[in-house]
Order: sequence, then structure tokens, then C-alpha cells
Amino acid sequence: MAPRTLFDKIWDSHVVETLPDSTAILYIDRHLVHEVTSPQAFEGLRLSGRRLRHPDATIAVVDHNVPTSDRTLPITEADSRNQIETLERNVKEFGVPYFPLLSARQGIVHVVGPEQGISLPGMTIVCGDSHTSTHGALGALAFGIGTSEVEHVMATQTILQKPAKNMKVVVEGQVGPGVTAKDIMLAIIGHIGTAGGTGHVIEFAGSAIRDLDMAGRMTVCNMSIEAGARAGLVAPDETTFEYVRGRPFAPKGAAFDEAVAYWKTLASDEGAHYDRVVELRAEDITPVLTWGTSPETVIPVTGTVPDPATESDPSRRAQMQRMLDYMGLEAGQKIAGTPVDVVFIGSCTNSRIEDLRAAAAIAAGRRVAPGVRAMIVPGSGIVKAQAEEEGLDKVFLDAGFEWREAGCSMCLGMNPDRLTPGQRCASTSNRNFEGRQGPGGRTHLLSPAMAAAAAVTGTLTDVRELI
Amino acid sequence: MDKFTVLTAVAAPLPEENIDTDKIIPARFLKTTKRSGLGVHAFDNMRYRPDGSENPDFVLNQEPYRKAGILITYDNLGCGSSREHAPWALLDFGIRCVIAPSFADIFNNNCFKNGILPIALPRAVCTQLMEDARMGGNARLTIDLPRQVVVRPDGSEVPFEVDPLRKKLLLEGLDDIGQTLQHEKSITAFEDRRARAQPWIPRIVLD
Repeated sequence: MAPRTLFDKIWDSHVVETLPDSTAILYIDRHLVHEVTSPQAFEGLRLSGRRLRHPDATIAVVDHNVPTSDRTLPITEADSRNQIETLERNVKEFGVPYFPLLSARQGIVHVVGPEQGISLPGMTIVCGDSHTSTHGALGALAFGIGTSEVEHVMATQTILQKPAKNMKVVVEGQVGPGVTAKDIMLAIIGHIGTAGGTGHVIEFAGSAIRDLDMAGRMTVCNMSIEAGARAGLVAPDETTFEYVRGRPFAPKGAAFDEAVAYWKTLASDEGAHYDRVVELRAEDITPVLTWGTSPETVIPVTGTVPDPATESDPSRRAQMQRMLDYMGLEAGQKIAGTPVDVVFIGSCTNSRIEDLRAAAAIAAGRRVAPGVRAMIVPGSGIVKAQAEEEGLDKVFLDAGFEWREAGCSMCLGMNPDRLTPGQRCASTSNRNFEGRQGPGGRTHLLSPAMAAAAAVTGTLTDVRELI
Repeated sequence: MDKFTVLTAVAAPLPEENIDTDKIIPARFLKTTKRSGLGVHAFDNMRYRPDGSENPDFVLNQEPYRKAGILITYDNLGCGSSREHAPWALLDFGIRCVIAPSFADIFNNNCFKNGILPIALPRAVCTQLMEDARMGGNARLTIDLPRQVVVRPDGSEVPFEVDPLRKKLLLEGLDDIGQTLQHEKSITAFEDRRARAQPWIPRIVLD
């Protein structure tokens, strides 16, 4: 057999049948469900008299809408409450395993899946959410789908898809101090652009990727979608196996050993073909952030805001100017030193215990700058409990941060955690689109350490000055 | 799903790249449990001013584009969130066809699942079609799916590619769950094979 990539191997092992035009009926091992993109799918099943083919391959959580304040109080936003209650009715009616709001296991679906051992290497994993690519960090083929496809997976445990192209992004070398997985991924997106991965599955490789812990790999794979890719992948290795071992829903004992033996066969073969290869040197990557309203607008924190006059295409030039106007920035200004109003540390990109430790290391012994609102939103109840056991909550509270309950929160502002027009936010989330964190809100994407640095200085700051 | 055969409609030009699904339908409107009714919020942040009044500069607030059935943009239309609310909002507004040099993958899929035809054409052709669209109320485009051509106001034709299976589903207005369930025997056989080969794959059962 010809040498195959990690993607090829997972794909091949899940093809149920190939239709005449090369569309595959692809088997799905895990379906993650949340309250926002599922109601119309359940309704579709109900109307056609269908059931879930495999509730035991499905898990539901509430995350997008949930308040991150006191959970014992009623949910004040009526339409959010309705969506949550609708999910609760649907999981009961269709027999879907569910972590409810008050469960310690509740959290952001892309934090919960790996944390519980529900997402495993070699699997196909889907969810009605584009950041499903996160689970690719385990060496699983994981991608976001629309609601019609959610219904299709519920009814058939398969999806119709054509094979993706293979892309490899190699980051060799060792990153410098203050440079994190988030910086690596933003640098990659800045390099290839938001459509750079369209039609491809990206396999992340090279020593700088292998050196990342699982949380870092999840950050990288999470933002594959911001590079336009269908999915991101990292080959499973000892770091992966140690992460999975002992997780509640992972195989145990002899079954685990058998699984590891299989997972070890998944790495790409020597000589496997990639349609595109991109290489970056880890030493060239500095702490970075975004200046505009597209995730590809990445500059070093030591850099300046670009000038639209340097863009020759008129529509692109106009769009750059619009970004500057929206963001309230001037061409040529130094980005460091720009004052922030809000700091958001959370989201499926950066809300794991490792992210909170990195932020706490900067916050410890310092104070949030006057006039800045700084929020910490752990990715799950389990992350929150772990952080409290380590005393991180105290570090944050002493420094003047808010310590909140788990959920998607200000990443997309479906709950009350929103920016007001004109507010500037240093955010560890994944999208800086216009209005993403609240109408008129201005988002700079950066790492948890950089976000903490912005909180304590009150401005966008090179975290290396605080290490 | 409504069939898609031949569409003659006003086309609205929106000459921007990377129009994300947050822009097409902001997250605050995703709290619905229905598919319909989102058209009024399509492009909400661009279409309305903070006081709720219409922004007269936005193309869909201008005649004849209020009744647009076709939307033309630049690269990477529909990037970002997987929300199917984006095509639902477009459809509810009246858009049945989107034309751009490229589309984000999930948005592209979601369009087909809702009877919206995404047509990828080179950037220069998109620019030409935008010029056509700016010629006023009679400057309609015709999208002929059976023949796979866009007919311009001057009668000239631009051919386009579409996946044969997807074309068939659009022409017949079929949803694909029924189609896949015709292969149920294969799915069951696959599950049996895997249960034997990889018995360690856990089931999710809560106590």
C-alpha cells in the first residue's frame, strides 16, 4: 500500500461506502451536541419520526448561552433559558447522555470531550460548532458541521463528505520565552491567511509542535478553522497516551493497551504525500496579537499597525481602512501601549488548566490596572475545581480578576458577557470579527500570558517585560 | 427543501473578502429554536445603525437590492462559525444563490443543504457580475442550474462547475438523510466489522 498520512488512515478506516461521485459515507464515532445548533435537528427527527441511531456515541452539554455568574440563580435571558430548556427536553426524549448546567462536568464542549476521555485518538468526531477541530490534538479527525448535518449524524451515525486534501505545517525548533501555542498558531494563520487551509486537513508537525503539551496542541488545532482548514491534526504520541490514560470514558486496563497499540499505527508514513507543505521556524515566532477584524491580521507585539496605502488592490485597501476605523487604530502606530478596557481569559481556545496557570504566573503579586475589567472563565467545572485546588482562584481574585463559572462566555457574547460599543478587549478567544464579542466591540486575539499582561498594565504589552 | 432549477433575480454586489458567518448573522440571533424568521437580521450589524434604523449605505437597504435573490462577494465567503443560521438568514431574506471566488467549506455545505446554490467563479468574473448588478432594476442575472450557466443582462453566458450529486439533490429538492438511509445495510455491516476489530471503543453511558 502507498504511504499514507494520518488523515488518510483515519479517513480510510471510517469509509462505510464510496458513492459514484467519490462522496464517502463516513462513519462518525463521536457526536458532541450543544444547545445552539441542535434544536432544529431534534425537531427534524421528530417531524420525520426518526430516532438517534447511537445515543451511546453522543454527548450533550450546555455551553454557549449559559451565564458564568451565580448558577443557583435563574437564567434571566428568556431566549437563552428557552434554548437550554429545549436541549434538556430533547436529551430526555431522545435518550442522549447529558452534562447539565449544575454538573461539575459541564463546560465548553471542546474542553469537556477530551477531558472526559470521550474524544480519543483515531476517531471521527463531529459537532455543530466549527471549533470541533480542537479534538484533532488527540490525533482524531474532528470537524464542525451545520445543523442539517447534525440531524444527518443523529439519524445515520454517518456524514456525507468528499476527502480533504492533505496539508502539513511544520514548526521546527524551540520557541523563546513568553511564546506559547497561541503565538505559534496565530503566526501560522498570519502566514497562510484565513483561507490558506480551505479544502485541506492540516497536520501540525515538527519539534515545536511535539514539544507542546495536550492543552497547547488543542489551542493549535482549535484555530485550524481560522486558517480555513476543515480540521487540524497532531499525530498521537506518548504525550497523547499519557493524557488519555485514566480519563473517565477512556478504555481501561487491557483495552487501553490494545487501543494504544492501534493508535501507534496512525502516524503518517514516511514518504506520505502532502498537497501543500508550509514550514516555520520556532525561533522566528515572537509573542503576537491581532490588530484587525480578521484572525490573519497578526503582528508581533513589538510591531506597528500596517498602512492600507501599501495595499495595491482597491477593495482590499478599503477593507483594511475599514478595519482600522472599526478598531480605532492609526496606520503606523505601535501596537504595544494601546489601552484596553476588558481582558477575557477563556474560550475553547484557551481555558484549560495550563492556560490558567500561565495567566496566573503573570498575575501573581500584581494588580489589575485601574479601569480595566478582567475576567477568567474556566473551560469546565473540572478545570475550575482543579484551579481552586491549586489556589489559582485566589491569585486571580487577589489581583482583582473576576473568577467565573464555565462556558463560552465573551468569546461570542451569547450570554450577558459582552463588550459595549467601542470597548477594547485583550482576548484569548479565537475570533476578532466585527461585533463578535458584542456590537461595536474591539477584539485583540492573544495568548493567556499576554492577556494577563494586558490586565495588569492596562495596555497591550509584551509579556516578556513581565517574566 | 425547495427545488432549485432556473433562477432569474436581482443580484446584490457586496465587494468584500472574508465575509464571516458572524457578519451574516450575529451570535445574538442564534437563540432561536426555528429555522425561519432570521431574514430580518441578515447582516444585522451592517444593515442597521445602533438606534435600529436602516443604514442607507448598505446594499440590501437600497433599491432594487431589497429584493435580491443573488449575492455576489469576494473570496472566502462564509468563513468562521459553522452556524447554519447563516444560510437560513440568507434564504429567509430571499437569497437563493451566492457567487464568490471561493467559499469556506462548512458554509458551502450548509448552503447546499438548504437549497442555496454557491457558485465559485474567478475574481475578475465576480467583478464583472458586480458591474452588471450595479446597472439598476432590470439588470437581472439568470442562474440556469440544469445547463450550469450564469446568463448576464447582455445575454452572454458564464459557465460554472457544480458537483453532480449536489446538483441532483438541488434539482429534485431532496434532503440527504433519506438517501443515506438507503445504505443502512452498509452502515450496519461497518458497525459489526468495527465492533470485532476494535472492541475497545467505549460507549458513552452515564450512571
